[in-house]
Amino acid sequence: MKIPLTYNLRSVRQRPVSTALTALGIGLVVAVFIGMLALANGFAAALTRTGSERNVLVLRKGADSEMSSGLDREAISILTGSPHVARGPDGRALASAESYVVIPLGRMGDTTKLANVVVRGVSGQAWQVRNNVALLAGTRPATGKNEVCVGKRLVGRFPNTGLGETMHFAGRPWTVTCHFAAAGSAFESEIWGENEQIMPAMRRDAFQSLAFRLADPASFDEAKRVLEGDKRVTVDVYRESAFYAKQSELLGRILRILAIMITGIMAVGAVFGAVNTMYAAVASRAPEIAVLLTLGFRPRSILASFLVESAVIAGVGGVVGCLLALPMNGIVTSTTNWANFSEIAFGFRITPGLLLAGLIFAVVMGVLGGFFPARRASKVPVVQAIR
Amino acid sequence: MRFLPLITAYLGRHKRRTLLTMASVALALFLFASLRTVVTTLRAAADFGSARRLVSTNASGLIFPLPVAYAQRLATVPGVEKVTWANWFGGQYGDGKRFFANFAIDAKSYLDLYPEMSVPADQRAAFLQDRSGALIGSRLVDLFGWHVGQNVTLRGTIFPGEWTFTVRGVYTPTDPVINDDAMMFHWAYLDERSGRNGMAGWYILQIDHPQNGPRVGKAIDDMFRNSSAPTKTGTEQAFNASFATMWGNVSLLMNTIGMAVVFAILLVAANAMMMSARERTRELAVLKTIGFSDRRLFGLVMLEAGIITVTGAVVGLGAAKVLYRATNFNAAGFLPGFDVNGTTLAVGAVIALVLMLASGIVPAVRAARLPVVAALRNVE
Repeated sequence: MKIPLTYNLRSVRQRPVSTALTALGIGLVVAVFIGMLALANGFAAALTRTGSERNVLVLRKGADSEMSSGLDREAISILTGSPHVARGPDGRALASAESYVVIPLGRMGDTTKLANVVVRGVSGQAWQVRNNVALLAGTRPATGKNEVCVGKRLVGRFPNTGLGETMHFAGRPWTVTCHFAAAGSAFESEIWGENEQIMPAMRRDAFQSLAFRLADPASFDEAKRVLEGDKRVTVDVYRESAFYAKQSELLGRILRILAIMITGIMAVGAVFGAVNTMYAAVASRAPEIAVLLTLGFRPRSILASFLVESAVIAGVGGVVGCLLALPMNGIVTSTTNWANFSEIAFGFRITPGLLLAGLIFAVVMGVLGGFFPARRASKVPVVQAIR
Repeated sequence: MRFLPLITAYLGRHKRRTLLTMASVALALFLFASLRTVVTTLRAAADFGSARRLVSTNASGLIFPLPVAYAQRLATVPGVEKVTWANWFGGQYGDGKRFFANFAIDAKSYLDLYPEMSVPADQRAAFLQDRSGALIGSRLVDLFGWHVGQNVTLRGTIFPGEWTFTVRGVYTPTDPVINDDAMMFHWAYLDERSGRNGMAGWYILQIDHPQNGPRVGKAIDDMFRNSSAPTKTGTEQAFNASFATMWGNVSLLMNTIGMAVVFAILLVAANAMMMSARERTRELAVLKTIGFSDRRLFGLVMLEAGIITVTGAVVGLGAAKVLYRATNFNAAGFLPGFDVNGTTLAVGAVIALVLMLASGIVPAVRAARLPVVAALRNVE
């Protein structure tokens, strides 16, 4: 026969302070757990969303990032002519040859603190190829002018990024004509301009990469085989989404390992706290337990009852932890993506799944911390305890 | 001291609880020391730099090169004693999972400028002689099992192709902030094979006196202002600091987590102390009856809290200090010189004291103020 849950709830109310302290301790662990994974999530999401399943990214063979790649005009024209490249309604290839440089920019507030920001030279097709990119305000840079479009994550974090303002880099003034969003992706931390302006200003004569839309989304493997096998060019061909996901691998892995290590150690400490609380609870309620046993409740029910009590306390802690962590959602932070040496801004990303994981984590801590005390409770010697 | 047996008896009353509480304090302080050391290591890296060394990079950013012909002109600037240059290579070894810095240096002048990199004289000579030789950090020896005389092949990312070097020397940094997992080879070899003709990534200059730094830096930048590749010159310290700031808000993050950890454990320890004091209400009343003063009881309970937190702190901080040193931890090359420093240990000790006060004060005051009659009423 099961012991009703009200028994546990009433018992908990008998010692509100120690229960609250235990729950709060577990809550803090859960908050840190969720916060750190939200950071890793946000970072990974920013890079994963950068690429599209239907796009292909071509780099020079061996290059591990866009920065270290290089493709000359001849290679670009060979690649663009491939039948695997989709055509727009006007018959032009949906392909964007891009130049990619990283420049130091002073931060807002303290311009001596420099951050490396990506400047991407794009061709006119880029806005169709990268279909997650949308203008928020303004108009696209006009051909033949020193104009740039600024990703929304840069706006407000770097000086002179407002519409109509003028930025200075590569020895030239650049007028900001628009802001763009890109579904939270790493593009939002970039400055886009026209290749014809960016490349001479940066003294580049080669492109870094080519992004194109697949004519047939299912034919990626075929396209990869054909292009990589083409003797006229030496290239590596990636699915765009896979490429950017790989760029986030290193830092994402560091963040995850850090999160697991830190919260793991914290969790052990919190479980110890729960063990203490539950042992004390069992000790002070020995006579009650003896009465329950005398009434005919099985030791197994007592065990279950105390486990449930511990899990409920931890669960409450988990809820507190979720509430503590929730305000972090969306806070924008930035770090350097060491894969390409440039700064990327991203938001903490708390998902329902993450909250659920936090709750489960809390309950697991509670069950672990409650197990031995609960077993002790189920073995209370009736006669002695009831005396 | 004569109350020591009494305190030991208190602590031994619930051995499990005492040990668990000590363990959670130890874990908290271990974590605290680890997190704070991340911050101090980053700060040390940002502060590193000889005051007599300047770094010149392309004003457009580090990824843009400078003509190597600048070297001679730089050497003529008054105040400049020595000039060297280096070029980032960014090659990958094996599966490329373990990142390490590898770059080309103008070998002789570079080693002259960095006395902090100690190389045995014969290895140094062998490296300088071999055009395709390489100099590796001592950690790479442990990491990949490389040895002097071995051929090592890197896969170029910026400079395509397979690049084979012969390990000719192993350097050991005398300053822990310098990476001990870098690989260096001859700039001339890189230049010759890549055919990029005379480009240097960055220049390092030794100046005659630290106070001349700003003047020399300005003279250099003025000299190249209207050239095709203008320079930006600053102290080596500023150059290193710019890398440290690239981590973003790591310090804030680490500190916030550290606070949360300490606070969470404070709750656990305070809870345990209060529980043990509450259980002993009657005993404390008996002690009062036989003549223990309020003040003495206060002291006893405080001392008990102190022993728990101090033991935990010694174990936790000691473990952090010993463990990271014994394993030569450097976070896969990201945090060279990772070592729990004295300040961190001191701050940890202060936290332990605060923990003692915070967890002991409520039970101690309660013990001191205990009304004897009420407490004894329930004694059989």
